Amino acid sequence: MSELKGWRELPIGAIPFKLSTEFKTGDWRTFKPVIKQDKCVKCLLCWIYCPDMSIVWDGEKVTVNYDYCKGCGICAHECPVKAIEMVKEG
Amino acid sequence: MSFTFNIKELAKQPPKLLPGHRLCAGCSVPTIVKLILLAAEGPTIVATATGCLEVATTIFPYTSWNVPWIHNAFENVAATASGIEAAIKAMKRRGAFKYERVNIIAFAGDGGTYDIGIQALSGAIERGHDFLYVLYDNEAYMNTGIQRSGGTPLGAATTTSPAGKVIPGKMQHKKPIADIVVAHRAPYVATATPAHWADLMRKTKKALSIRGPKFLHVLAPCCRGWRFDMHLTMEIAKLAVDTCYFPLWEYEKGEWRLTDRSLVIAKNPKLKKPIEEFLKVQGRFKHLFKPENRHIIKELQEYVDMVWEDLLKRAGIK
Repeated sequence: MSELKGWRELPIGAIPFKLSTEFKTGDWRTFKPVIKQDKCVKCLLCWIYCPDMSIVWDGEKVTVNYDYCKGCGICAHECPVKAIEMVKEG
Repeated sequence: MSFTFNIKELAKQPPKLLPGHRLCAGCSVPTIVKLILLAAEGPTIVATATGCLEVATTIFPYTSWNVPWIHNAFENVAATASGIEAAIKAMKRRGAFKYERVNIIAFAGDGGTYDIGIQALSGAIERGHDFLYVLYDNEAYMNTGIQRSGGTPLGAATTTSPAGKVIPGKMQHKKPIADIVVAHRAPYVATATPAHWADLMRKTKKALSIRGPKFLHVLAPCCRGWRFDMHLTMEIAKLAVDTCYFPLWEYEKGEWRLTDRSLVIAKNPKLKKPIEEFLKVQGRFKHLFKPENRHIIKELQEYVDMVWEDLLKRAGIK
């Protein structure tokens, strides 16, 4: 029998130590959003609604980070000027 | 108090909830968390009860949280948040804590709030801890495969209230959880949806500016559990407000106020849509449109109208 440990010696609970950005969820996608830059009015509604933080705003134009985009199509559906088209991957 | 947001500036910041999380495509929960953490300025600590959000954002060894984060059991996120606040107080007394104020935010789903976590929540509000409790309500235990919860509405089909010959989906109404919190005389209680994003962010900012326990009830449409196409998530949240199924309001110091779209509907009742508009786009309610189940739609409509009329009276509009 080993000796009982005091609370200071107990191991700390599980600690996730890698960022999930290492895990690319882009391969879940069937349809990919394509932004028509000439139509985009830069309202950033797509950025607000995107559940996967995959819409990138650099201060000048809106682009998609296909590493994480799961292709849900919320951005295309909510775009007020229909500047986003869902195109089948392949 | 009014708050304005410059999205074009905020969008340049690194996100506090990182991509690469494994919530379903079309899930509304990451949008809710993203917007709330965007509105929370200054140091923030997040505690999360077991639920979709917790299991999908921290699959070992990965974490999606770009803020200090702690997980606990299903039932005690409010107690954990209380403990964080008490620990900060104790560290301040010893001069071992450098921040003046820290935002403590607890996230829990409807299972972790309506059913399993209500005792811890009630206790934490009664003790008056300074924290914000966010309930993301997807109206069933979605993480384990769509079992009914106290938040599931009347008539919804789930795996433990399946629609068939014996029962037409869940037999009971949704528990009025926000009213239960208001009954605790919490300083600030509000409802929100991710589709009405400015309203959600404003309410978060306002809540965090108030000391004491705050409660935010956010509707979280779930494409897998509610059975709709994943691109419709925000559309359905808008329909929930337009049909007055989920009115947007806030309660502060004994006063009720309707906000955003619900205020518009209150001033122009013609904009209120029938509950069918909200039901017909979701597979979990499709059996209600059979002739033998039509009476449930009528019952739901009467219930929604009753709650809405009551809210108008409380807000002093009628």
